[in-house]
Amino acid sequence: MSFEKRTCEISGLEIEKNSESMIKLNMATAIIFFAIGGAAGLLVLLTRWPAIHLLPVEWYYRWLTAHGLLALLVWIIFFEVALVHFGSVTLLKSRLAVPILSKITYGLMLGGTLLVVVMVLGGQADVLFTSYVPLQAHPLYYLGIILFAVGSLIAFIHFFINAVVAKKEGEYKRTLPMVSFGIMAASIIGIMSIAHGAAIYIPTFLWSLGIIETIDPSAYRLVWWGLGHTSQQINVCMMVACWYGIAAFLFKAKPASEKLCRSAFVLYILFINVASEHHLLVDPVFSTWHKIVNTSYVMHLAVLASMIHAFAVPASIEMGLRKQGYNNGLFEWLKKAPWGNPAFSATFISIVLFGFLGGTTGVIFGTEQFSIIRHNTWAITGHFHGTVVAGTTIAFMGMAYFLIPVFFKRDLIMPGVAKLQPFVYGTGITILSITMMAAGTFGVPRRHWDYNFSDAPFGYQFDSTVDIFMGLVGIGGLIAVVGGAMFVFVTLGSIFKGNKRA
Amino acid sequence: MAIHEPQGNWWQPLSKDEKIWFILALVWMLVSFLYMPIQHFIGVQNPPSESYRVSAEDFEALIEAQEEKYTVGEENGFPVVRPNPDEPVYLKASMWEWTPVLELEKDKTYKIHLSSVDLVHGFSIQPINLNLMVIPGIDYVVNLKPTSSGDFRILCNEFCGLGHHTMVGKINVI
Ligand code: HEM
Ligand SMILES: [Cu+2]
Ligand SMILES: [Cu+2]
Repeated sequence: MSFEKRTCEISGLEIEKNSESMIKLNMATAIIFFAIGGAAGLLVLLTRWPAIHLLPVEWYYRWLTAHGLLALLVWIIFFEVALVHFGSVTLLKSRLAVPILSKITYGLMLGGTLLVVVMVLGGQADVLFTSYVPLQAHPLYYLGIILFAVGSLIAFIHFFINAVVAKKEGEYKRTLPMVSFGIMAASIIGIMSIAHGAAIYIPTFLWSLGIIETIDPSAYRLVWWGLGHTSQQINVCMMVACWYGIAAFLFKAKPASEKLCRSAFVLYILFINVASEHHLLVDPVFSTWHKIVNTSYVMHLAVLASMIHAFAVPASIEMGLRKQGYNNGLFEWLKKAPWGNPAFSATFISIVLFGFLGGTTGVIFGTEQFSIIRHNTWAITGHFHGTVVAGTTIAFMGMAYFLIPVFFKRDLIMPGVAKLQPFVYGTGITILSITMMAAGTFGVPRRHWDYNFSDAPFGYQFDSTVDIFMGLVGIGGLIAVVGGAMFVFVTLGSIFKGNKRA
Repeated sequence: MAIHEPQGNWWQPLSKDEKIWFILALVWMLVSFLYMPIQHFIGVQNPPSESYRVSAEDFEALIEAQEEKYTVGEENGFPVVRPNPDEPVYLKASMWEWTPVLELEKDKTYKIHLSSVDLVHGFSIQPINLNLMVIPGIDYVVNLKPTSSGDFRILCNEFCGLGHHTMVGKINVI
């Protein structure tokens, strides 16, 4: 089949026109919302820092809602839509099957985002991003979320349309390349999570319009976390696909066993959805056996999959570097790795931090015995800044450093800044995450405007070491904000002002 | 390479390294998988699992009846209730208070019924840091045996509107 394409001189990839413009658009949009979400994070951070306590109470909750939504939902999913196109078109040397679908996706997601942001910052949706009923937001808030979700659903379905067309046109014979396979797994999980999303947001939307009378708060939490938790597995899957991708592009690394790694992706698809009940371990209603089967038995099969990837990716990088001649001793390959290339350093940092910071704490907090002493404390916020920020976000940063020259045909500006950026951001998030967990250990609640309880009928003073942790969260957060700003300047600067390549 | 279709037969047996890692990972998963259920039966630090449906009106009535019978004083505008350990004890979450203040005896076991009459709240006893969800329409039964005396606070740790940060209750253990 012939269609308009060019060959990229950096990567050797064949880049088809329609998908190229959608990848560029989604990536740039993602980064812009990352910047706004990060600014919201800064405002929230400065409010929780007792020495500053910046925002008044209602604005704290509004910016917190905005931070959760813009960072977790908007930045991440726009970037994932770019990856869906990359995995189902570029890597298959194929073409975008239905260009109009990509445009509809983009329009719905952008429209939904704007609606949500206007509602939240307009004070019409003081419900935080979980919007547990019977807290109620303006109907347009739920509509915005629904539009965004429908847009991303179309993108995940588009993956399969593209892959089928590529196969029909003979671009691949038997199976997808591993990176595409990972993105396919993510797309399947994406479709599953949006099914939960529809099951909860559509009734909630109707309820906010007064058409449905009540929504059971317990049932809401169960189904909402079917969305909230499952969608985190989209992020894990996409992150792992990026790890394999960067390892392959930079080192021609080959996963030692395609069989094992692909099977691990299948474990994600099969088991992650049901593990969602670790969010409900200290809820009434659900029986102990329900919780045990769901979060203990099933969840660990998904963790097993992460363990497999955590071995396979570094091992393939090691083999790639050893082939380049760095074969002395146990660790020469690691010392000689291209630490100055931010695509590599970000990937490596993502692997290490996801494993040690996000993954381990997830497995620990996901037990009944720990949940009861950590639930809704700041320890949980510390945990997921170790997964979705230190893991997924940093992996996407690495991918962005690689993809921007490929797709925008421009060099990265400020290479010195780019080189340091993953380290600065990684350090900041590590401090933030660990000290949030430390404060949570003493019971400091998440989503809380005043941990000194000065307006409460009964005062309470946390252990005095907590003050130190609160300050350290602030310092770690500021370092992360600097690292995040470096990323935004380098990437957006390169997109608009980088040296043009032929 | 992970960015190309694998060539030839890629459904190959695992190498030795991979096998070792896979087995180690599997064993670790089995251990941590068994840990939680085993702890559930031999340990003491487990979330309770007894709960019933209750309407807001019925729960309010139970709270009022308890206040009438067992109020022993007042603290900062809240009734202080000293319940009988042999009877059910009721604690109500509402925007943005925990009612009543409970006065419990050390080393006695109480059956505390927690419910909310409006939104979802988070029951968080400090400084021991024990956390449970309180859901409107659900009566969550917690067997509580205070093992040390003193003042304890109940924070709300689930967002419940703009007064969320002022929602602090009290338990006195004597
Ligand atoms: C510049 C880096 C960042 C900083 C300084 C930061 C800081 C914070 C702070 C201080 C909170 C508030 C916790 C609370 O008050 O309970 C928070 C919450 C949160 N953050 Fe971040 N964050 C950053 C990046 C991110 C990113 C990249 C993501 C997602 C990919 C993210 C996702 C979240 C979510 C989901 C919440 C929870 C919101 C809620 O409880 O409703 N953050 N963050
Ligand atoms: Cu509350
Ligand atoms: Cu609250």
